[in-house]
Amino acid sequence: MSSLERKSHRGQAVVVRGYDIDTDRIIPARFMGRITFAGIEEGVFADVRRAPDGSPKDHPFNEERFQNASILIVNKNFGCGSSREHAPQALNRWGIQVLIGESFAEIFFGNCVALGMPALTASESDIASLMDSVELDADQEIVIDLESMTATSKLGQIAVSMPEGPRSQLLDGSWNGLHTLLSAREEIRATANRLPYVDGF
Amino acid sequence: MGRSLFDKVWDMHTVRELPGGQTQLFIGLHLIHEVTSPQGFQMLREAGLEVLRPDRTFATPDHIIPTDSRTRPLQISEAEEMLSALETNTEQSGIQLFGVGSGDQGIVHVIGPELGLTQPGMTIACGDSHTSTHGAFGSIAFGIGTTQVRDVLATQCLALARPRVRRIHVNGELSPGVYAKDLILHIIRTLGVKGGVGHAYEFAGPAVEALSMEARLTLCNMAIEGGARVGYINPDQVTFDYLKGRRYAPQGEAFERAVAWWKNVASDPDAEFADQVELDAGSIAPTVTWGINPGQAIGVNEPVPRLSDLPDEDRGTAEEAFGYMELNGGQPIAGVPIDVAFIGSCTNSRISDLREAARVARGRRVAPSVRALVVPGSEKIKIQAEEEGLDEVFREAGFEWREAGCSMCLAMNPDKLVGREVCASSSNRNFKGRQGSPAGRTLLMSPAMVAEAAIRGAVADVRETLH
Repeated sequence: MSSLERKSHRGQAVVVRGYDIDTDRIIPARFMGRITFAGIEEGVFADVRRAPDGSPKDHPFNEERFQNASILIVNKNFGCGSSREHAPQALNRWGIQVLIGESFAEIFFGNCVALGMPALTASESDIASLMDSVELDADQEIVIDLESMTATSKLGQIAVSMPEGPRSQLLDGSWNGLHTLLSAREEIRATANRLPYVDGF
Repeated sequence: MGRSLFDKVWDMHTVRELPGGQTQLFIGLHLIHEVTSPQGFQMLREAGLEVLRPDRTFATPDHIIPTDSRTRPLQISEAEEMLSALETNTEQSGIQLFGVGSGDQGIVHVIGPELGLTQPGMTIACGDSHTSTHGAFGSIAFGIGTTQVRDVLATQCLALARPRVRRIHVNGELSPGVYAKDLILHIIRTLGVKGGVGHAYEFAGPAVEALSMEARLTLCNMAIEGGARVGYINPDQVTFDYLKGRRYAPQGEAFERAVAWWKNVASDPDAEFADQVELDAGSIAPTVTWGINPGQAIGVNEPVPRLSDLPDEDRGTAEEAFGYMELNGGQPIAGVPIDVAFIGSCTNSRISDLREAARVARGRRVAPSVRALVVPGSEKIKIQAEEEGLDEVFREAGFEWREAGCSMCLAMNPDKLVGREVCASSSNRNFKGRQGSPAGRTLLMSPAMVAEAAIRGAVADVRETLH
């Protein structure tokens, strides 16, 4: 299996509850001042994890029992708002490798795939049970399988889903789409040539 | 059966279908700014690649630029580093940069249209979610992440899934004192902040056709706040008149050929859509947000909704919003005191926005407890406003008059809220902490409503002044 293939993942999970958690919440803008993503995980959920005086607030990312988590479980419309890739970058560099939620905002979803990070959806009731289960037993390991499209916890197996295109890219390791796009040089030129605005009408 | 503009433009730009159902789409115009491009250029260098079409790529700094002193080096060293990186990257790659002081700098979504770069029938991408703005011209325009910025730099293409197209048909006409900003807040309130996920929105109908080009930009700008990555309006005479004579628009006979082509890309009268929503513009009042997402909006004379008025699904976020905003269900939004008034951003910083705000501010004074600033969207708009004397109107009323940039919309430059301040803002996002203070509060509204709030020191119906 090449290191780029994302067929399965086994790990502990962390639960972040709430609808419409936007990318400003995931990574506040003041952490975006640098020209690289290095160290961006310092700012993940900063304003909901720390009070203005720096003291910690109640947040799952602060809890000792979730510090080894590599799976993030969320509710609806996670990652809405700004297109900043800093949001999935910060989550990924903190340790998250897979997301499971009721739904994701579109640009955020694409940014996750571009990092080789599956963002899978499951039904509202399955997410609710999974969240409860992980909060009761944070040590349990969850197994994500992108071939069978299932997530298995101590509760049993649930179905997860994802559009077929990104799924197949994650499975075969072609999610870094640059080389696929590059391999169509002739077709790119042909497309540009038939658009009248490209040469000013 | 006819085809929608979306389908025509998408098909024309299709390089090829990819396995798994995505499309490799050619990007006609790539706009870049200082915050989401340096990492993209770095990735490009690491891959040993060069920019494929520097001629179709244009850059300007906007997010981190201070709007008071812009003397180099910038006071914040990280900002200076970011600005320098944009200058170096564009110079090395042969990309046109509209730099600070060039006379062309401004918010990327303001200068694209202003320079005639944005045209009907194009695909347009930029590492910023408000790229949907450019759909006002009948282009397919959308925000992308930084890895995708790399992809466009290297290949002028993106791999994308084709969205469904929803037509939002707005009948009637907007009342005096009600603007495109109120219309889009009303649409998001009606369809929800995630209602548009997986969709492109086509805005149509008499109320949309009656909008000026600048008002159309405001409307499409906030499509993403309703979850729709793309929002567009079919090009018409208003579009063509706006483009004529602009620097990067076709000139002379080429312009006539372009108009013929642009007319053809508009949706056919019998075009098919995934679904259609009907709205009545006449019933829309000046609209204000009360919560922590742009869908939590009401008419200025309505009370904040009670939990029992809301669908189950919206109650959790509403409770969170009540706590954060310190507002209660049933309370009138009119009369809520403000501390800061901000007129600016890619949503509402164009000359028509400034004229409307100045009409409200003329001969009046900002309330003593309010800090108010006006930030034009581009260097050109600033000069035009000064020629019209608008800067004097604002200054005499007690507003600060600033240089062009994103300013207090997003807290990446020195313009920020402090502590628990409440800001009446003409920008696009009222997320927690969005305007730079982790506890700061935002009330979104039109520029005229912001001016009225600045003067009254509290949320108020601007129609009382305009009448």
